[in-house]
Amino acid sequence: MDFQNAWAVASKDFETFKTRKGIIYATIAFPLGIALGFPGILAAIAYAYPSTTSATAASFSPFLNAFSFWFVIGAATLPSGIASYSIAGEKIQKSLEPLLATPMTDSEILLGKCVASFVPPIASIWLSSVLYMVLMDALTRPWLRFLYYPNWSFGAMVLLLAPLASILTIELTVLLSARANDIRSVQQFTGILFFPFIVIYVMTEIGVIQLDVIDLLILSGIFLAADILLFYLSTATFKREEILTKWK
Amino acid sequence: MIETKNLSRKFGSLTAVDDLTIRVDDGEVFGFLGPNGAGKTTTIRMLACLISKTSGTAKVGDYDIGNSADQQKIRRIIGLVPDNVGLYEELTAYKNLDFYGRYYKVDEHKRRERIEYFLKLLGLWEKRDLAAGTFSKGMKQKLAIARALVHDPEVLFMDEPTASLDPEASKTVRDFILDLKKEKKTIFLNTHNLDEAQRICDRIAILNTKLMAIGTPAELERSASGRKIVVQLERVSDAIISAAKGVGTGDVDVVEGNALVITVSNPEKENPDILSAILAAGGRVQFVTEASSTLEEVYLKLVRSQ
Repeated sequence: MDFQNAWAVASKDFETFKTRKGIIYATIAFPLGIALGFPGILAAIAYAYPSTTSATAASFSPFLNAFSFWFVIGAATLPSGIASYSIAGEKIQKSLEPLLATPMTDSEILLGKCVASFVPPIASIWLSSVLYMVLMDALTRPWLRFLYYPNWSFGAMVLLLAPLASILTIELTVLLSARANDIRSVQQFTGILFFPFIVIYVMTEIGVIQLDVIDLLILSGIFLAADILLFYLSTATFKREEILTKWK
Repeated sequence: MIETKNLSRKFGSLTAVDDLTIRVDDGEVFGFLGPNGAGKTTTIRMLACLISKTSGTAKVGDYDIGNSADQQKIRRIIGLVPDNVGLYEELTAYKNLDFYGRYYKVDEHKRRERIEYFLKLLGLWEKRDLAAGTFSKGMKQKLAIARALVHDPEVLFMDEPTASLDPEASKTVRDFILDLKKEKKTIFLNTHNLDEAQRICDRIAILNTKLMAIGTPAELERSASGRKIVVQLERVSDAIISAAKGVGTGDVDVVEGNALVITVSNPEKENPDILSAILAAGGRVQFVTEASSTLEEVYLKLVRSQ
C-alpha cells in the first residue's frame, strides 16, 4: 500500500469537493447547527423555566447525551454526499476507467476515496463539538457548578462512535455505487442509516437507554463489527474487473 | 511492443474476443477496426490490465498481462484514452492533467513542463484555468489525449478518439497522432473510421470477435479481390477481350465504356503479355493503372462474411 498514491486520489476528491457548494454548506451547517442549536434551546428553556437551572447533573445527563448524539447522526449522514459523488459520481462521469488504468492499486484508490469522504465531515464534527462543549459548559457551569464537558461518554461518542458511523456510511456507499445508476439514489439509500440512529436518539430522550460509556462502547462494538463486514464486501466490490464488467 | 497469442475473453457464454494473435511493433500506429461488439474495447482493456483474459497470452513491452506483478509495470508504460473521455468536469484543464501526473508520480517540475507542452501543442493553454466541463467535445478529447501522455508512456491505447468529433476536431486529433508517431510512440488505435485508419495507420487488423485480416492498408485492399489492372483503350472489341482472356489468368470485365478490368495474380509477369495480346488484336492503349478494392469494400466483405 502506497499512501502517497491514496493521498493523491484523496487530494483530487478534496479539490472536487471544493466545487460542490451544497455539500460544503451541509458539511459545515449540520454540525454547526448542533453546536449552536442545542445550547440555544437549553438557554431558551432556562429563560422560560427558571427552575431548570436548579436541576442536577444526573437529570441533565440524558438530555445532554441525547443532544450530543446528533454529532453521531451527522457523522453517519454527511459522508454519503461526498462519497456518492466520489464513487457513483465518477462511475457515471466515466472518469473511473482512466483512473483504473493508472499504476495505483485498487486498495490505494479505494482508500483515497474513503479518506476524502471521511475527513471533511469528521473534521467539521470535531470542530463543532469543541464549540458545543464550550457553549454548553458556559451555559451549565453556573447551574451544575462544574464543567460537564469534556467527559468520557462525549469522548466515546465523538472520537469513537462518530468515526465508526462515518466509515459505515462510506462503505455502504461503495457497495451501493456498484448497483446504482445515479447519485441521488445512492444518497437516498444511505439515508436509510438515518433511521436506526434516530431510534437510538429517541430511546435516549425517553430514558430507555442512557448513552453512558458502557452503552456507547456496546454500540461502538456493533458498528465496528458492521464496519469490518462491510470492509470486506466493499473491497471485494471495488476491483477493476468488477467495476468495468459488473458495475451497472 | 505488443504481442498476443490466442488471446480470448469470455463473459459467461459470450465470447468477446476469440483466439486473437497479433503483433504490434515499436513506434507503429496500429489500427484495430471492427463493428460494435467486435471485441475492440475488450482487447484494449485486457492489454491495459483492466480486465483479465480467459485464455491465451499477451505481452506489452516485456511484461505479461497475466502476471499480477507485471500488471502495474504495464500500466506504468501505457497511456489510455477511453471511448468516454472521463475527465474531471469540475476541475480545470490544468488540474486534470496535474492530478494524473501525480497518479503516475511524475515529479512536479517535469509535470509542469509536460502539462504546459501538451496544452500549448493542443491549443488549450489559454483555457487551462477553465473547468473541463465547459469544453467542447473536441477540446475534451484533446485534453484526454494529453492526460494519457502526461507521464510519457511508451504505448498509447486510444479507443475511438475521433468518434463524435466534428471534421476539424477529428483532423486535429489525427494530426496529433501523426506527431506522436514521429516521436516513436507505439499507438494502438481502435476505430470505426476506415478513412482515418487508412490515413494514419501503418497496419490494420480487422476484428469481429475473431481476427479477420491483418496487414498494411495496401495489403488489405489487395487481399480482398486479388490484384487488378485497368486498361483504358480507345475502343473495345470482342477480339481484344478474347485476346486478353487468352493470355491472362483471371477474369476480364469491361467497365465504363472502353476500360478493361483484368484480374491478375502476378501483374509484373502477366502485364507485358496481356498488353502485347491487346496490341496484337488491334487495341490502342491509352492508360494502364493498377486497381484495387477500397478498404471499405474489404472491411464490409470480411465483416459480412462472418
